[in-house]
This record gives sequence, C-alpha cells and structure tokens, in this order.
Amino acid sequence: MPESPLINPLVLFFASILTSNILLSNFLGTCSFIAISKDWKSSFGLGLAVTLVIGLCAAISWAVLYLVIIPLRIEYLSFVIFIIVIAAVVQVLEMVIDRFSPSLYLSLGIFLPLITVNCAVLGAVLFMQIRKYSLIQSVAFGFGSGAGWWLAIMLLAAIRKRIENNPVPAGLKGTGITLITIGFMAMAFIGFSGMIAVQ
Amino acid sequence: MSAILVGPLAVAGIAAALALVIAGLDRVLNNYGVLTIRINGGKMELSVKGGSPLLSTLAAEGIFVPSACGGRGSCGACKCKVLSDVGPHLPTETPYLSPEEMARNVRLACQVKVKKNLDIELPEELFRVRKFAARVERIRDLTYDIKEVLFALEGQGIEFDPGQYIQLVVPPYDKVPESVQRAYSMSSRPSDPHHVELLIRLVPGGIATTYVHKHLKEGDSAELVGPFGDFGVRDTPATMLCVAGGSGMAPFKSILYHMQETGAYPEKEIWYFFGARTTKDMFYLEELRELSASWPRFHFVPALSEPRPDEGWQGETGLITDVLDRYIRERIDPHRGFEGYLCGSPGMINACVAVMQKNGIGEDNIYYDKFA
Repeated sequence: MPESPLINPLVLFFASILTSNILLSNFLGTCSFIAISKDWKSSFGLGLAVTLVIGLCAAISWAVLYLVIIPLRIEYLSFVIFIIVIAAVVQVLEMVIDRFSPSLYLSLGIFLPLITVNCAVLGAVLFMQIRKYSLIQSVAFGFGSGAGWWLAIMLLAAIRKRIENNPVPAGLKGTGITLITIGFMAMAFIGFSGMIAVQ
Repeated sequence: MSAILVGPLAVAGIAAALALVIAGLDRVLNNYGVLTIRINGGKMELSVKGGSPLLSTLAAEGIFVPSACGGRGSCGACKCKVLSDVGPHLPTETPYLSPEEMARNVRLACQVKVKKNLDIELPEELFRVRKFAARVERIRDLTYDIKEVLFALEGQGIEFDPGQYIQLVVPPYDKVPESVQRAYSMSSRPSDPHHVELLIRLVPGGIATTYVHKHLKEGDSAELVGPFGDFGVRDTPATMLCVAGGSGMAPFKSILYHMQETGAYPEKEIWYFFGARTTKDMFYLEELRELSASWPRFHFVPALSEPRPDEGWQGETGLITDVLDRYIRERIDPHRGFEGYLCGSPGMINACVAVMQKNGIGEDNIYYDKFA
C-alpha cells in the first residue's frame, strides 16, 4: 500500500467541492453539464445520481486497484477496468433506484445510464489513483467531487433560468452564453483556491 | 507468456464477477412476485410474473399487442390504455403519443414495466391475435419487384376478416442484428384458414422486404402474428370505390374473392381501380378480368400511367386519381352513395382522398390502412 497524502478526509471532502471543483477547475463532465442545466429539476436529479456514482465508484475502484490491479501488475489496463467498474455501478444503481424509488427513477429517466460516459466519474477515479488516496480519503474525495459537480450544475441551472429572458445577442443564445457563464463561474471558483490545497 | 495472459484474464475475471453481481441483484431486485393484470374491466384476468415490460408479459400469455419493432420503443405501435397509475409518461413514450392520448392514459406497452397489479384496456380483436408457426409453401414473382408468398400454417388455422393484416416476424439475418416484425395485408381468403398469402414489394433498403426477396425460400419456416386491423367492408348499400396500387392489391384480392364466394353484401356494387406505371408493374390482370366477367356487380378498371406505345395496352391510361375522378363523374351511378376503400402508398392515398372529397364523399366514408 503506498503512502497516502496527509489530508484529513473531511478537509478533502470540502476541498473537492469548492477549491478543486471537478467541473469548474478540471472541466470534467461538461457535456451533460451543459445539456441538462437547462432544467432545474433534471439538474437536481442528475447531480444526485452523479454524486452517488462517483462516491461508489471511488470506493469500489480503490478496492479493485489495490487488491487486483497492483498485485497483478496490470496498471496498463487500469483505464479499461475502471470503465467496466463504472458501467457496472451505474447498472446496479439503476436497478436499485428502479426498485426502491420509482419516482426518482422516472425523474432521472435516461440520464442515469448516460452517467457511464460522464468523464467526471472516470476523472475522479483516476485522480484517486494518481494521488494515492487511502480508502477513506477516496470515498471522501469521490462524494466531494460528486457534490461539487452537483453544486455547479445547480448554480448553472439557476443562472440559466435567471438569464432566460435577458437580451442575449442572437449568435450567443443557448450554448454560447452558457459557455461564457461557465467561464465566469470557473473564475469565481478560483477565488477559493489557496484556501486548502489538495494536490 | 504468463504476463500476456494475466491482463486479459484479470479484465475478464473482473467483468465476469461484476456481471454475476448484476445478475444476482437482478433476480432479487426485479422479483415482483406474481401479479394480476385485469383486462377490459375484468373480462380477462391474467396471473403473471412481474418485472418485465407489459408487451412481452402479455405476449407470453398469448395476447399480442401489435408491435413492429419488437419492443424497442422505436415504432410506437403497441399503444394500450393503462388505467392503473404507473407514473407519468416516459420520455421514450411521449414522441409517439398525442396530448389527447396521454390524457386518456394511453401508454406504449413496451415501455411500461409490470411492477404491480394492473388494470388495462385492449381492443377486443386482439384476443383473436395469435402467433402462428408457418412454412413457406410457394413464392411466385408477380412483377419484377412484387412477390406472392404463400404460407402454410402449422396446427390451428387463422380466423380473420378479409382486409385485415398480419405481422411477419423477420429473424436476424446478415447485418440485421435483431428480429423485427412488419405488417402486410393478407391476400388469402378466410375460407382457407390454413394458408396465409402476402404480396410483398421489394423496398430498397427495407429490412423485411429484402429478407423476403433475397433470403426467404420455399420450405423455410416462418412466424406470423395476427390478425390485426379494421380495414374491411362496411355493411351498407353504398357503392364501393376500391383504389389500389402495387402491393396494395392484397387486401382487395381477399375482400373481392371472399364477397364473390359468400355472396356477402348482395346490394353492393363494387368498382375496383388498380393503378400501375407500365405493363411490367401490372399483375392479376387475367384473373380479375375473368372475375368481373362472371360477377355482374363487380367492375374492374386497371389503368397505366405511363404505357409505352409498343405495349399494346387496351385499358385506361392516366394517373389512377384522374381515372377515378372521371369514372365518379361520368360512369358510376351515384344514387346509392359511395364508400372509398384505399390501399397503397401514403402519396396515393392522400391524392385519392382529395379526389373523393372533391366529389362529395365524406372523410367518414373513406377507409384505408396507410403503410409507409
């Protein structure tokens, strides 16, 4: 087992929400971020699902990494293995939600399976590997990253709602003004950096 | 050597382990026990295993809701009314349903999962629908692109009204990975319940028509699901104006021979307009001319839109709509009123509806199955 960095998991959790927000500082998971943030309710559901998936994937991938990949020296296959793990976790989550919360299942609809290809999930898992987090740190980092993504999409959904009726130049309507908005948001989040360093 | 094997084996092992977990969870989570589906206010009650889509659950019980795509949510045919609350319409359903249908709780049976006891409504005709195992008895070329395919049904015969259609189950072949179903009007007669005859025109790039034209051989086995549809003769004294083009001949062949055989609707006069481009596209000419010669109330009007001078064409010429228009205005006795029966391409049907309406035939008295 490698030496883990000396960061309190709780600090790591909040740091990954604010100072190193996976979306606004690493720009991962932007496609569904832009597509879904049109609608406040869907954003909420998708954010929740992403948070659950990243948290679970971080924990399971940690186990697979240190119990299978490293002992067998197949690090060169870690990308493939992580993607398989993510797909399986999403599948299981879909079945569980379908069974126990049909209303949430309906509101998530087709977004749930799409999380499989959300790069924020794979990104978080790879950061977990590169930064050599411990299991508890990985879980904190995973749920924190998910919550950060959730926070970012809720903020963007709110801003988009706010500017819906504003006189945006025709060429910038829709995705154009959204990308500019994301840029501003990212700059605002830079304000948090330096408070806590996680990398 | 072992280093090469470790990687693939580890990936395969992890994938297999996860698949096992998913399969195990699926058995636990997707187990809804035995549920009851009440159909049409209790006329029929089914005890089924929950957890599957309504469409396949009903099919397992021998009730076949029409479906062209086989339950993948891409045809929108399997509409049925679900009275129990199964949640709001899914994004996969809304493109196929009108606001009125949504207000009446119409759902796509392939998208509704059976998770609790359900109360549903289905058209009565569907109870006659069954899946038939069949063998291809004969394939005959009618024209260069239309084949007449005769299926011999194994076991029980089919009970249907002339004019109804049946779905041919096309198995996976070549680059078509999944089984699909396509609807074809039956050209055979109800008096021979052990045979089903279809007229199938080759549509370039069509999955089912390519299968029938290029792969299906005499002696092959096939599956048919039906009968469906309400395209049939109405019990009124009005004169029938039947118009068809190409493989749209099929339902009329069934209807006409059935009427002649049984003497049904003796008051009705029947005019049958059949349009084609050249003699190469024309078929059943002799048979239908003989029929009209021996059956006084039946009048057959074949027409070619582009006859070549060397073909020696004796019949009408011009677009079928123009011929129809001319006959309605000049040749046919109007005092019993008219009913329009149409089968062909959507373009032909639209044009014929326009001609009929122009001549005072109300939309309520024009019947058709539109196959795109």
